Amino acid sequence: MSRSSQDFEPRIVAFVCNWCTYAGADLAGTSRLKYASNVRVVRVPCSGRVDPLLIVKAFERGADAVLVSGCHPGDCHYAEGNYYARRRFAIFRDLLLYLGVEPERVQFSWVSAAEGAKWADLIDRLTAQVRDLGPFEGYHALIDAAKAVS
Amino acid sequence: MSRIGVFICHCGENIGGVVHCDQMAEALAEHPGVVVSVDYKYMCSDPGQNLIKEAIEKHKLTGVVVSACSPRMHEPTFRTACAEAGLNPFLCEMANIREHCSWVHADRDEATRKAIELCRMMVEKVKNNQQLQPIHVPITKRALVIGGGIAGIQAALDIANAGHEVVLVERDASIGGHMLQLSETFPTLDCSQCILTPRMVEVARHPKITLMTWCEVEKVDGYIGNFEVTVRKKARSVDMEKCTGCGACMLKCPSKKIPSEFNAGILIPDPENPRKKLGYRTAIYTPCPQSVPNKPVIDRANCIKFTKGKCGVCAKICPTGAVDYEQEDELVVEQIGAIVVATGYQVWSVAKAAQDYPYIGYGEYGYGTHPDIIDGLQFERLLSASGPTGGKVMRPSDGKEPETVVFLSCVGSRDNEKGFTYCSKICCMYLAKHAMLYQHKVHHGQTFNFYMDIRAGGKTYDEFSRRTIEDDGCIYLRGRVSRIYPRDGKLVVQGADTLSNAQVEVEADLVVLATAMIPQPDAEELAQKLRIPYDKDRFLSEAHPKLRPVESQTAGVYLAGTCQGPRDIPETVAQASGAASKVSALFSADELEREPMVAEVHRAAPPIFSICFGCFFCERVCPYGAIEREEITARDGSVIKTVAKVNEGLCAGCGLCAASCRANAITLKGFNDEQMFAVVNAIGEEEGF
Repeated sequence: MSRSSQDFEPRIVAFVCNWCTYAGADLAGTSRLKYASNVRVVRVPCSGRVDPLLIVKAFERGADAVLVSGCHPGDCHYAEGNYYARRRFAIFRDLLLYLGVEPERVQFSWVSAAEGAKWADLIDRLTAQVRDLGPFEGYHALIDAAKAVS
Repeated sequence: MSRIGVFICHCGENIGGVVHCDQMAEALAEHPGVVVSVDYKYMCSDPGQNLIKEAIEKHKLTGVVVSACSPRMHEPTFRTACAEAGLNPFLCEMANIREHCSWVHADRDEATRKAIELCRMMVEKVKNNQQLQPIHVPITKRALVIGGGIAGIQAALDIANAGHEVVLVERDASIGGHMLQLSETFPTLDCSQCILTPRMVEVARHPKITLMTWCEVEKVDGYIGNFEVTVRKKARSVDMEKCTGCGACMLKCPSKKIPSEFNAGILIPDPENPRKKLGYRTAIYTPCPQSVPNKPVIDRANCIKFTKGKCGVCAKICPTGAVDYEQEDELVVEQIGAIVVATGYQVWSVAKAAQDYPYIGYGEYGYGTHPDIIDGLQFERLLSASGPTGGKVMRPSDGKEPETVVFLSCVGSRDNEKGFTYCSKICCMYLAKHAMLYQHKVHHGQTFNFYMDIRAGGKTYDEFSRRTIEDDGCIYLRGRVSRIYPRDGKLVVQGADTLSNAQVEVEADLVVLATAMIPQPDAEELAQKLRIPYDKDRFLSEAHPKLRPVESQTAGVYLAGTCQGPRDIPETVAQASGAASKVSALFSADELEREPMVAEVHRAAPPIFSICFGCFFCERVCPYGAIEREEITARDGSVIKTVAKVNEGLCAGCGLCAASCRANAITLKGFNDEQMFAVVNAIGEEEGF
């Protein structure tokens, strides 16, 4: 589905951990902070649970950007899950960059349960970045190219 | 075939005022697999829950999605309701359309679109949910209390008096904490030591309490009901069994010039010998004469025997041969069911601000550069009968009795620019107490108090601070101080009196700064060991600010006292008792029900047995050591293959193994791949996102 850039509303999928970022997003709500409605939150127990294939799936479903967010380093509810998430993410992101995906489309962040305002700012900033970037139409080109090779 | 019920809550106006709940119900009714979709004003109310229960029975639902507030709020409510209607509680999911939608978006159509999509995502998830059964785990009925201040003492006594064993760990040589350092307590002017020391002795004598002073928590493993805590018993250099606490060693110790931590580092010239100073301790020492246990430790950093290799006077003088220079740190492992954190606070040393914190601090107040500018805790020691001066008010520079004393409120508190944003809560009251106690001791003296607001909320607190002003003649000036500098043997305090709109200058003999109350320097480190969250100021976070104030987010870890935020003694004691009663409630059952969101390794009938091929990458990533190796054997006992197996007691449900498994053999119950991909697949079904 192609969308014209005039009425382009970015689609952002956020995989967030239950203990820090999800609670931070809850706090943004409790504090009645207003932010862009472009984000869809998927709750996972830990950012370490996020399989890179889930990110690919989100792009396949038409996401223009994906955010993975967990607890701050050292604060992980599961001691070290966020470190694994970060390492896995770094490698996966390198792969995407190699394929020519703009770095803004896959982002990683730490938002604690006390950082409602940070969450709201993050979503606003991310939405603005992706709005400038335009729709992620390159995804389907990539898939077509991959199919052609195989 | 799925039969899903969708229940949309208006939450009064909270959701209904933004999201078009009726439109949402209509849209979801069309969603494949949804057999009933209704909206209602308050889903969490009894009639709301009944609506769900009736629908489960009437429509024979196989899954329920409640679109309402955060699952962190009401998931247990709705899961219980489902269970009551005969539906496995884990077939119920929540779509968060309040915190994540109606409260954060203003445009009604946009919010409705988003709410519908969030709800669709959960419908798709719940279609893939499986029935799960809670896990039952045994409880070790033994509590650990970290910190032996008034909070830890109260919690330990309450738990022990309820009949449970307690291990009280204190890193100092004695329990008592800051309360033991205080002179008298507001608003009754009770002598702090007089009311505290009986409690300390009770702790030491209690048959259910194991007191571990000079010890620190090294490592915490396990989970609620089954923690395994490693405690470091720091080398005391004194054999606790042999020592009788006679104190001969302390009298003879030649290292006599170590500023005493118990006296908050304040040093006062000795009136009998002006070349000497009061306020020191020896290298082998107890913090104070009322210490519990009243047995000394050797401060190895300052002991001549340890720094230069010579001396050994204490070993020679000890009548029981208790001094042991060879002692080493020892690690002991304790089996614990619940943990109360009561690690307390420190007063912000504004002199060291620049090195310790990213805050500017208060160089213009001269703390640390002039001996007569002191903090509240140091003044407390000057007033205390057990202090270096025996309760006589003397100033540190020359030992004279100060005739004019100036107090400064909010040094570092309520200051976004240079300090911390929060109110330290106790300073208004203790400064009023300081001024009052000083006037009682120095009748001709004059006190001034620069304040921002007088915050004297609490039973008889306001009356107390009024007494300081009206009866004891303390002059309260509403305004900030810009600068303090020495002039002709006095300290000039320059400030503003905003009520008379005038600049004021007071010549003081002694200045007392009510510096901010801050968490212990290693609060973060401890929080990470316990896996509990903390706020931006490093105070430990409670599970809910209103309704779960004594629990941390981690099950089985409770909070008491100032490690959670600034508060005074009665509040600390109340919170400690609250935490203790939570522990007692936990210990009242023999078994604990745990959520079954744990990992599971694929199993199948022979000849496959499992798609796990035994790489054990999961074993390497698991933070809990929950992955075990299971040998699948043939009838003759020969091993066919070795595969992973999850210990459900240890698994905490993070899902690291599931995301790392190369064979996709491990799944996390409640968040398995089918569920996760179904959620992501539901995104974008609605045109316009």
